[in-house]
Amino acid sequence: MSRAALLVLADGRFPAGGHAHSGGAEAAVKAGRITGAESLESFCRGRLYTAGLVSSALATAAVLGVDPRQLDEAADARTPSPALRVAARKLGRQLLRAARATWPSPELDALAGQFPKGAHQPVVLGLTARAAGLEPVDAAYCAAYESVSGPASATVRLLSLDPFDATAVLARLAPELDRVATRAVEAARTAVEEGVDALPSASAPLLEIGAELHAAWPVRLFAS
Amino acid sequence: MHLDHSHDGPTALSADAHRKDGTRRALRIGLGGPVGSGKTATVAALCRALRDELSLAVVTNDIYTREDAEFLLREAVLPPERITAVETGACPHTAIRDDISANLEAVEDLEDEVGSLDLILVESGGDNLTATFSKGLVDAQIFVIDVAGGDDIPRKGGPGVTTADLLIVNKTDLAPYVGSDLARMAADAKAQRGELPVVFQSLRGEAGVTAVADWVRARLAAWTA
Ligand SMILES: Nc1nc2c(ncn2[C@@H]2O[C@H](COP(=O)(O)OP(=O)(O)O)[C@@H](O)[C@H]2O)c(=O)[nH]1
Ligand SMILES: [Mg+2]
Repeated sequence: MSRAALLVLADGRFPAGGHAHSGGAEAAVKAGRITGAESLESFCRGRLYTAGLVSSALATAAVLGVDPRQLDEAADARTPSPALRVAARKLGRQLLRAARATWPSPELDALAGQFPKGAHQPVVLGLTARAAGLEPVDAAYCAAYESVSGPASATVRLLSLDPFDATAVLARLAPELDRVATRAVEAARTAVEEGVDALPSASAPLLEIGAELHAAWPVRLFAS
Repeated sequence: MHLDHSHDGPTALSADAHRKDGTRRALRIGLGGPVGSGKTATVAALCRALRDELSLAVVTNDIYTREDAEFLLREAVLPPERITAVETGACPHTAIRDDISANLEAVEDLEDEVGSLDLILVESGGDNLTATFSKGLVDAQIFVIDVAGGDDIPRKGGPGVTTADLLIVNKTDLAPYVGSDLARMAADAKAQRGELPVVFQSLRGEAGVTAVADWVRARLAAWTA
């Protein structure tokens, strides 16, 4: 295995469609919940401990070999908003395309056959990490980081926020990313023994509601 | 120029020239260029000119609305299931060049849902003169500028003007009103592009999109040969 593959996978420029999604930031900006660096940090922290933790655990469980179908159902059950489910599957499908071209593997081909319209993105992320020869904890970090890096870069575009400030927000969250990734790995290991119900189900109602409202806007910059 | 390699597995990746069943997939042509130069109008005219002889579909990349797709739907240039809009997250050039995954998905869905297609036109959301399409997304690209955007654009060059497989200088009907020198634009384009073709077009004129439609037919003949 090469640990450096993690840098390739976690790079914001990895061509898997993420650039068109704001992770709820566009809706939160419109609602006045993100107005600058400070509120961006609160928003990202909230997302990290809810959607981020859930994604991180799902991705880790996929690396550990939990059945992707069960994980996809577990992700559905943890995502009340239909708009968010659609977005997660879209992103999963796009990631799978990029992953199959980047780290060709029979397992990824099989996943594409099983989910022609896409599986939830964290599930695909975990299997991608596996195909790249990465460890469970690597997938945990990657998913946790994505849960905050997406909204941060979207906010730079939405508010013309100083990019240094946005990056500093991510840096300040780093110790908490460690914590979330550690918890995700623990939960995923438990899920291997006890089944997917052991995965975390923390949810952020405002993210879900915001996503539903956002999906109905006639004019928006981001797909979600 | 066509990439002919193929991958195993259930769904096509990016530049694969063949479908899952081994037949040649639809030719994909990208249309890029500044906002307002006439990309959507050219796409609409091409659909009208070609829809009786070819099976075609359109992917639009709107910047923050579905306006281009809605215009095409309203004009009924094609049945609705043949027109798809991709959302680009405030970065239209990223969606056609650096991260083409959403566009590839749209193209793949069109082929799955409409059945076998001969041609897919992909319109860029339009931003600046440096935006070009990835070879993983399209097989050929058209760059559309207009005479009203300033007659020095061909001289200034840039990747779109210099390297596109076809350069369209649109709205020639407006040249007298905006004081654009068409001869100079042609000479500058020639200097930038060498042997690559340039079409001067007015969609308001009688010839309309004819020259571009002929160019598309020739590309398609080469693609299926
Ligand atoms: N006079 C004139 N107007 C044109 C021509 N082609 C397009 N237009 C108009 O230019 C405007 C912008 O065209 P559109 O196709 O939406 O530009 P896009 O942003 O590049 O897609 C519309 O109002 C068109 O009707 C042309 O050849 N001559
Ligand atoms: Mg347009």
